[in-house]
Amino acid sequence: MACPPAAHPSPERQPSVKVILASADVQRVVDRIAHQILEKTQGAADTVLLGIPTRGAPLARRLAARISTFEDVDVPVGVLDITLYRDDLRRHATRAVGPTQLPPGGIDGKRVVLVDDVLFSGRTVRAALDALNDVGRPASVQLAVLVDRGHRELPIRADYVGKNIPTALAESVKVTLVETDGADEVRLCGGTR
Amino acid sequence: MIRHLLSGADLDADTATQILDTAAEMATVAGREVKKLPALRGRTVVNLFYEDSTRTRISFEAAAKRLSADVINFSAKGSSVTKGESLKDTALTLQAMGADAVVVRHPASGAPHRLANWVDGSVVNAGDGTHEHPTQALLDAYTMRARLGRLAGLHVAIVGDVLHSRVARSNVLLLSTLGAKVTLVGPPTLIPVDWAARAGAAPAVTDAGPAAGSHPGTDVCYDLDAVLPGVDVVMMLRVQRERMNDSYFPSAREYARRYGLDGPRMRRLPEHAIVMHPGPMNRGMEITPEVADSPRSTIVEQVANGVSVRMAVLYLLLGGNNR
Repeated sequence: MACPPAAHPSPERQPSVKVILASADVQRVVDRIAHQILEKTQGAADTVLLGIPTRGAPLARRLAARISTFEDVDVPVGVLDITLYRDDLRRHATRAVGPTQLPPGGIDGKRVVLVDDVLFSGRTVRAALDALNDVGRPASVQLAVLVDRGHRELPIRADYVGKNIPTALAESVKVTLVETDGADEVRLCGGTR
Repeated sequence: MIRHLLSGADLDADTATQILDTAAEMATVAGREVKKLPALRGRTVVNLFYEDSTRTRISFEAAAKRLSADVINFSAKGSSVTKGESLKDTALTLQAMGADAVVVRHPASGAPHRLANWVDGSVVNAGDGTHEHPTQALLDAYTMRARLGRLAGLHVAIVGDVLHSRVARSNVLLLSTLGAKVTLVGPPTLIPVDWAARAGAAPAVTDAGPAAGSHPGTDVCYDLDAVLPGVDVVMMLRVQRERMNDSYFPSAREYARRYGLDGPRMRRLPEHAIVMHPGPMNRGMEITPEVADSPRSTIVEQVANGVSVRMAVLYLLLGGNNR
């Protein structure tokens, strides 16, 4: 979604842009989620992190790096592309298929933590659960997101949430990361605040 | 995205690369426990085959089924075609049944182009006469890229009955688009005259069958031994006995001696070079068993890659709302 840079002062009646998390905040939030994963999984044994492209993939790698710094455990990381499992494929022009890379040990019998940037309708997570079903049988599945903006359309919730952001439907949440966009930031755009 | 795939010339470099990249992702499905993706659930793909085929039909069927599409197989034998139904009436019947894609193989060059004007769905050319076979060219390009790591700058020799080969024609078009250099090798009677003329080779005959457009970056050479030491890929074509209505060469033995790929010839290829064949092979004619079964040969890989490439083509044509 197009979102003007936050630096520009926005005149009244123009769509507003608000920085929710700055670069340092994003890092703190990632650190906290890494600690929470370690706590809730008793040291991240038999755990696999699977990032959902685009921005879930670098987030999963960062979480694994932080976990390894905090407790010296290597958590396998993979990427799970959900394009072919989306429920809205037919409403858009054909979408490009992204890579799926499972860690060498696979996911059978493991605790899989799905990682994404924003949790919104829950449809992406539903597609990810379907995709998981076709690549193996994990012992359990958890969900970690950087931002939960509400407005769920499916009975899905996250196990680890970086930041809850109450939003209006007309607003959009834009996450940028160093790996994909050059800078870490979470912005709230649009609406009439 | 394009709506039909009728010719190797329908694809620009970006689209062709997108198909090859998508095929690489589709290939991972073959290694999974559940070899199925839900992307084309509820779509119908008709395989309309007016000519005998095993690998292409089965390959398209496997590709469509792995994407969860419903597949209807139609072969001319045992259908209303034997009662005299025209291609157009058959097309309208398929249209009425709600086919989202028609995969067509036909002995007449150009039949898929006609079909594309009569049906609403996507048409995929699975081989028309001596004209084109674009998905074969895509799977050949995929195989070369997988084995050699790139396509731009590769030197590919296409050897044998170029005149009657839809595989050669589609390969020339696609490989030129993707930046490879192609040399056509064969007896002068089996190289289209206009290609030979534009490449500067002396035309040997003047009535050599259907016209074919030339393409920049394409050379012609009548001597296989002169070409072999400098190529990255040598693609052997089948001698199509069913299309040999004329005396194109004196005898099968002479053809095999001059243009067949045997062990000694294979050893004159550069070390990294690969040997391809679209199948079905005439062992002992254009290729000896020693070559066909050697580690340089990609013939079995080509079949496996065919399914992945056709999955990519069907997904990109049917996966979204491209109307």
